Amino acid sequence: MSADAPPPGYLAAEPGILAWFRTLDHKRIGLLYLFSITGFFMIGAAAAACMRVALLSPQGNLIVSDTYNRLFTLHGVVMIWFFLIPAVPNVLGNFVLPLAIGARDVAFPRLNLASWYIFMAGGALVLYAIAAGGVDTGWTFYTPYSSTYSNGHVMAMAAGVFIAGFSSIFTGLNFIVTIHRLRAPGLTWFRLPLFVWSLYATSIILVLATPILAITLFLMALERGLGVGVFDPKIGGDPLLFQHLFWFYSHPAVYVMILPGMGVVSELFACFARRRIFGYRVMACALLAIAALGFLVWGHHMFVSSQSLYAGLVFSLLSFLVSVPSAVKVFNWTATLHRGSIRLDTPMLYALGFVALFTIGGLTGLFLASLAVDVHVHGTYFIVAHFHYVMVGGMVMAYLGGIHYWWPKISGRLYPEWIARSSAVIIFLGFNLTFFPQFVLGYLGMPRRYAIYPPEFHTLNVCSTAGAAVLGLGYLLPLIYLPWSFFRGAPAGPNPWDATGLEWRTASPPPPHNFEETPVVTAEPYDYPPPP
Amino acid sequence: MTSSSASATSSAREAEQSVTNRLGLWVFLATEVLFFGGMFVAYVIYRHTYPEAFRAGARLMEFGLGTTNTAVLLVSSFFMALGDRAARAGDRRQLRRCLLCVATLGVVFLGIKAVEYHSKFADHLVPGPDFSGTRGPLEIFMTLYFAMTGLHALHMLFGLGAISWLLWRNAGGRPVPVEPVAMVGLYWHFVDCVWIFLYPLFYLPGR
Amino acid sequence: MKASRDLLLVLAALLALLALSAASTLLPPAPWKTAAGLAIAMMKLAVIALYFMRLREHRGLTRVFAAAGLFWLGLLAVLVLSDYLTRGRLH
Repeated sequence: MSADAPPPGYLAAEPGILAWFRTLDHKRIGLLYLFSITGFFMIGAAAAACMRVALLSPQGNLIVSDTYNRLFTLHGVVMIWFFLIPAVPNVLGNFVLPLAIGARDVAFPRLNLASWYIFMAGGALVLYAIAAGGVDTGWTFYTPYSSTYSNGHVMAMAAGVFIAGFSSIFTGLNFIVTIHRLRAPGLTWFRLPLFVWSLYATSIILVLATPILAITLFLMALERGLGVGVFDPKIGGDPLLFQHLFWFYSHPAVYVMILPGMGVVSELFACFARRRIFGYRVMACALLAIAALGFLVWGHHMFVSSQSLYAGLVFSLLSFLVSVPSAVKVFNWTATLHRGSIRLDTPMLYALGFVALFTIGGLTGLFLASLAVDVHVHGTYFIVAHFHYVMVGGMVMAYLGGIHYWWPKISGRLYPEWIARSSAVIIFLGFNLTFFPQFVLGYLGMPRRYAIYPPEFHTLNVCSTAGAAVLGLGYLLPLIYLPWSFFRGAPAGPNPWDATGLEWRTASPPPPHNFEETPVVTAEPYDYPPPP
Repeated sequence: MTSSSASATSSAREAEQSVTNRLGLWVFLATEVLFFGGMFVAYVIYRHTYPEAFRAGARLMEFGLGTTNTAVLLVSSFFMALGDRAARAGDRRQLRRCLLCVATLGVVFLGIKAVEYHSKFADHLVPGPDFSGTRGPLEIFMTLYFAMTGLHALHMLFGLGAISWLLWRNAGGRPVPVEPVAMVGLYWHFVDCVWIFLYPLFYLPGR
Repeated sequence: MKASRDLLLVLAALLALLALSAASTLLPPAPWKTAAGLAIAMMKLAVIALYFMRLREHRGLTRVFAAAGLFWLGLLAVLVLSDYLTRGRLH
């Protein structure tokens, strides 16, 4: 084997392009997802770029309002269901999970491949809906607009999301059974890496919440397609029932997005501060607590919807409660850094960025949990800024950190460090420049989902668009240097980061069956030597 | 490794896989509980809001057919359980007889359902522009009736497909499909359980 | 057949429960009938789950998974009802 090429591993095992579409290897399936979601990300980002450019002019000189509505719907649907939800679980989770628990593959490999095909089928329908003219209801599909009045391709879009939901359900099912049944000898629950715990908590949400989305979209489609309905006020139906059912899924869905990111960040902090995670068991329990409590707070999306005030009070209290385990995690990450020997490699930069931006996003979430404040900022850019801070500043940074961390394992090669670090910094700066002004805009009263706005908001909008350009540049760079490194990067070796974790005990890239011999676990997780 | 210890290892592995499969199927059934459950919640909300309309709606249902159908499904579950036992005992012919009984009863169920649906169409009780009388909460009841029993019937169809597949797998030459029968059995019993709750919700109120 | 006697008993129990709900319609309408109908349905569910779906033998994790769906559905129902049952009361 030549000195400047990594071992062939799983990448060369089944030759030919067609083999990729018939593979049962979780590592290859992870890469299939990587390509797919990157494509969807670019589509969603293109829509965002159009919107930000359009928002450079208060009078909406670039595009008409109807087009703008279709753009933000596209952006929401694609980014949420076809990028954010699958990103960490289906790319990093699929690749890393069996390796991290010392298994050969997931519990149901054929179901795993089927999940990807189902995901693509849903995606195809959504792309068709977009190409055919799109939908203007927003990603939330509220009735009666979606079911009765909208002129867009609601059925196709909803069908695409419905189908993609089954991909989520099957992935969650697979991960739960895998973690219960396929752990290596000696790998007890409290020796599992936190990334595995986070995938478990996420999978519980995927399995229990997504079916409600499915039935809700089904009922909405029934109303639209057949003119019959349970949400139709004309026959005594309640549009709020749609909202309750929709948000019962969609709030836990945001925890589907963030929990795996939190798991990744724990791995990154442990490795790049070379310390045990502070309060490991509490961190594991916090993940489960966030998953469980996350099911009980959905009404905070409906404070001004005319749900009963009593329900609003209950949901407000529960929303304050769910912030507690998240905050505990932030404190524990910080404590992990204390007296650690910190290396500012690219993954660590992303992890640090995550904690900073997730904290801001999370704190602003508390403002929103407070009924009175929410009445003022609901439907404004304050909300938009809040969720972009947690989803983009949080989850996407964690995803990129994870991609860079496990890239040597996935590809067998190292990416170029200095470009990668610069990208991380550009992304951090661009992100803040884009979204911080939106907090101000929202508080001052600029509504969201509007193509035109009063001229006094002009400057901040220009600022936000400038930031978006910087952010876009930051995202573009990894799209160039990562594929480059796949072919030209230096060979990584089995453990370039000198990290703990079973995945680092096998070759980079791993052989198709992952381990030559099933590893036996005797140590606690993150058993880095204690600081001097 | 001697052949006896090899087969001991392989049967241990089969037992392990059986537990794994079973856990996976129960997770799937949990998702189905929530899938149907969303509509059950909608039913509860609207029954609370429009109790009279829901009672009137249930009185329009064909009680005899609904009760018969419930019995049909309960008996089919019996045969499914019997077939599962036969499969585990390796009794290919008994399994075949049981699967045929389950399939027949499933078809009977769908046939009765078709009769019911047809009479709803004939009486203009299908929600939509053609609905008889004033449009109102009764229409919500009927929408839920068609949505819930319709999705249930769709699940029955999938179940019948699975039973057919089992009959094919059971045909001579290959080993008796113990695991597939167990998995399909769990699914079939679940679909029966959904109907067990649809019955008191749609056929009993107001009587 | 000997082996199937216990299953036949289970079926007999299920059909008896069904007969009970059907017979309840002979009585005049009354508020307790809804609860009774649901209670009978839950008993049928328990019987099928324990005997036909073999939860009586499969302890531990299988039972937890089996219960989880119903429990979560309960959470949905309770919290949604917290809206509908209190509308018009606290405004």
